[in-house]
Amino acid sequence: MAAKSRHLNKIEPWHDPEERPYVYIENITKDYDGSAAVDEVNLSVYQGELFSLLGKSGCGKSTLLRMLAGFEMPSSGKIYIDGIDMSGIPPYRRPVSMVFQSYALFPHMNVEQNVAFGLKQEKLPRSQINERVDDVLELVQMLDFKKRKPHQLSGGQRQRIALARSLVKRPKLLLLDEPLAALDKKLREKTQLELVNIQEEVGITFIMVSHDQEEAMTMASRIGIMADGRIIQVGTPTEIYEYPNCKYVSNFVGAINMFEGLVVEEEENYAIVRSSVLDDSDIKVEHSASAAIGANVSVAIRPEKVVISKTPLKERNYNCAKGVVQDIIYLGDVSIYHVELANGHIVYSTATNLFRIAERPIQWDDEVYLYWLPENAILLTA
Amino acid sequence: MLLFGYAFMYVPLFCIIALSFNDSRFVTAWSHFSFKWYKALAQNSIMLDAALNSLKIACCTATISVLIGTLAAIAIVRVKRFKGKPFFVGMIAAPLIMPDVVVGLSLLLLFVSMTNLLGWPGEHGILTVTIAHITLSLSYVTAVIQSRLTEMDSSIEEAALDLGATPVKVFFAITIPSISSAIMSGWILSFVLSFDDVVLASFVSGPQSTTLPMVVFSSIRMGLSPQINAMTTIIVSILTVCVAIAGYVIYHSGKKISNKPRQEKKRWQGLM
Amino acid sequence: MLPKKVNTWKFHFRGSSLIVGVPYFWLLVFFLCPCLILLKISFADSVLQIPPYSNILKWINDNVAQLTFNFANYRLLFTDDLYVRTFTTSVVIAANSAFACLLIGYPMAYAIVRSRPKIRMILLMLIVLPFWTSFLIRVYSWVILLAPTGLINKALMYLGIIDQPLKLMGNYCAVAIGIVYTYLPFMVLPIYSSLEKIDNSVVEAAYDLGCTPTKAFFSVILPLSMRGVATGFSLVFMPAIGEYVMPEILGDVSTVTIGRIVWSEFFTNLSWPVASALSVMMIIFVALPVTLWYGGQQSRLNKKLNIHEKV
Repeated sequence: MAAKSRHLNKIEPWHDPEERPYVYIENITKDYDGSAAVDEVNLSVYQGELFSLLGKSGCGKSTLLRMLAGFEMPSSGKIYIDGIDMSGIPPYRRPVSMVFQSYALFPHMNVEQNVAFGLKQEKLPRSQINERVDDVLELVQMLDFKKRKPHQLSGGQRQRIALARSLVKRPKLLLLDEPLAALDKKLREKTQLELVNIQEEVGITFIMVSHDQEEAMTMASRIGIMADGRIIQVGTPTEIYEYPNCKYVSNFVGAINMFEGLVVEEEENYAIVRSSVLDDSDIKVEHSASAAIGANVSVAIRPEKVVISKTPLKERNYNCAKGVVQDIIYLGDVSIYHVELANGHIVYSTATNLFRIAERPIQWDDEVYLYWLPENAILLTA
Repeated sequence: MLLFGYAFMYVPLFCIIALSFNDSRFVTAWSHFSFKWYKALAQNSIMLDAALNSLKIACCTATISVLIGTLAAIAIVRVKRFKGKPFFVGMIAAPLIMPDVVVGLSLLLLFVSMTNLLGWPGEHGILTVTIAHITLSLSYVTAVIQSRLTEMDSSIEEAALDLGATPVKVFFAITIPSISSAIMSGWILSFVLSFDDVVLASFVSGPQSTTLPMVVFSSIRMGLSPQINAMTTIIVSILTVCVAIAGYVIYHSGKKISNKPRQEKKRWQGLM
Repeated sequence: MLPKKVNTWKFHFRGSSLIVGVPYFWLLVFFLCPCLILLKISFADSVLQIPPYSNILKWINDNVAQLTFNFANYRLLFTDDLYVRTFTTSVVIAANSAFACLLIGYPMAYAIVRSRPKIRMILLMLIVLPFWTSFLIRVYSWVILLAPTGLINKALMYLGIIDQPLKLMGNYCAVAIGIVYTYLPFMVLPIYSSLEKIDNSVVEAAYDLGCTPTKAFFSVILPLSMRGVATGFSLVFMPAIGEYVMPEILGDVSTVTIGRIVWSEFFTNLSWPVASALSVMMIIFVALPVTLWYGGQQSRLNKKLNIHEKV
């Protein structure tokens, strides 16, 4: 699912203790009228990464991005880019470029003038400007639109120009604020891959803000989940999806079944949880986090890891449930089954539609059995 | 710069207000505080008659130009094509930039020729001044309503048509209410324009229809006048009261509006 | 993609002829007719009768009419030094005043846009407020300041800086001050609205691409507010050319402007044809170019919008 990280200098530099972070955010806080929009955030981003800040609107991700660009000054804390402290440096002296959500193209200038604008500020010779403008327009495949004004371009074309205008400066860090939010779904999916390809080609570190988890999963080398001004979890898309560290993350990224209960038994590599939701079985879960007996915990299972069947699994007294199909949502590639247990709790199960079916094997109001493997469940203590 | 600008705008006005309470006949030589000139103003029958004339003219002007101006704005924004539309738009906007003297002169010539040919409007008076003022303020009113109409989301009209309202009904139930604030400000604007005009009135008024600005003009042509100071103070006080009321109303209706989305969101969440 | 605007009433509303008809009729009778009559009388002779002009259309017999165009009035305007000089002075004063208005008004509008939203409403209100007080009163307030016995002279004499009152009034400078003072809102408001429309992220993008604030102002903000500047300039410049009240009150006999000439030709000299000819010249030289320019702007804007919709 995630883009391959072949453009990174080292594979997964965040695991290497020797590697120096390229962008280092140290204990940063931003207060607005007493309430913290960004609250003591620490973050390291490595050279060549495509890092995505993911969160709901108002979680502070845009404020964090604007502090990196220099439009907002942090109330406390420091930002280092390539080892240089950025405090007090105005946006126009930072080696950072931003692609705005609204693209912010200059409406009174044509494409060429827009892209050349940043280079003119650097007082480069005319010929060099032309050369670099042409190169970058070729990179985003917009060379034929040089003389157009922004209002004569479509949304996708404007997005490319905004990207070109920032790339042409060859910044150390490129910031993207919801770069694809204004595009429609098909175009967005196409542009996601293009953006990743361009990033690999130029090798510039990208930090992207997004509220769309699918977009972040597709594009990012690592994702930082934000809520209420804090970063809750940082990890690769796989880590975030398969090993969420708290209920919030597991709920935010993808759909999930959640069972709350008490730990009744704890062994070295698994725990048994008794939940009031499941009447006739306990939950067995493999875990890394330790949970004491008697502790309140949640167990999360992704719907696609819950197997649905009309026949009961024999000889199992854990991780199984019996219920009635209440609803089936057909999505083409998969179907989502809403199974109501005897006590009214609903469990979701996703199954791939392997066959083209007129007659479904499982129908509304069928009695079904659900089960899952202990290694697919996640034990959440927080 | 902002402070300087505001000082430039307000200091002269405050000077007049302060001096209106001066007892001395020599305006700028302060003797002592008194309401003398307010009393004199209250007994000045020429001034009062002229004020009454101006009030009548301004009310008629405002009402009629709002009626015609609304039609004109709708014609420009919503009727896509009709004969001579560019010409129509040009004529509507022209008085905005034509010098007052030219408009006044040409209207006077019209009235003179019409009286010769048709025997109407005959002697100049309140009617001719009103017509002149309407022609002038029509441009302003149309511009105000036009901009509101352009901003207005025409899909709500389509929604009303879709729900079975006849076009006439849509016009009165949807269009007019949603541009009502613009109509209101158009009314006030043309009232003020009419109440303030001296040039047009001088051209087209008759002996019985002297307006307040004409009296004020002939008086300040002579130099400083303590009665005018008193009048200024009265006008400025009335205005301040009006603005305070309007500000209060706007502030409170604004509050309501800003609360609305939140409530709607809640209701929406309740539905889910 | 933007939804294409559908004309609501194009097909449904039969009342559209009424909607167009009433204002159209009014404009034809009370705007176009007067202009044509003005044109007609500018070709007439001055005669001593009521009304004081000759008819250019004479019926010789029942079938034949004779049109006499008298160009003497126009010849007079171009040959008599007084008219040409007055015309140029009026334009120069109007242009200077409009420019002064711009110099004061632009920073004000910029400061208002930059202020916090709550204060912004109040600041805007304060800009509009003087407009609602009488125009004459605002001119008069400067008489109180500038007159020989006015407050400025009094203050200067009290402080001992001068011992004779200065002649502050009765010159073109006083007239210009009056124009700037009364027309300032017309400059500030259009500039304000064009500045307000600028997307703040565009300005941030300029900073981001390496512009210092000053540079960003000149390369992005100023060009994007040019439409407001042009509108404001013409809203001040145009009426100021024909201004009659200001030179009459703040000026003296020496401050002749085109508005005053029309007035005195008409009321004092009773030469209506000359006044008409002057008015026609004013329309041709001043109002017409601006109207055309403005119309061009509008249609260009429409074209832009159309392109926008197609995309």
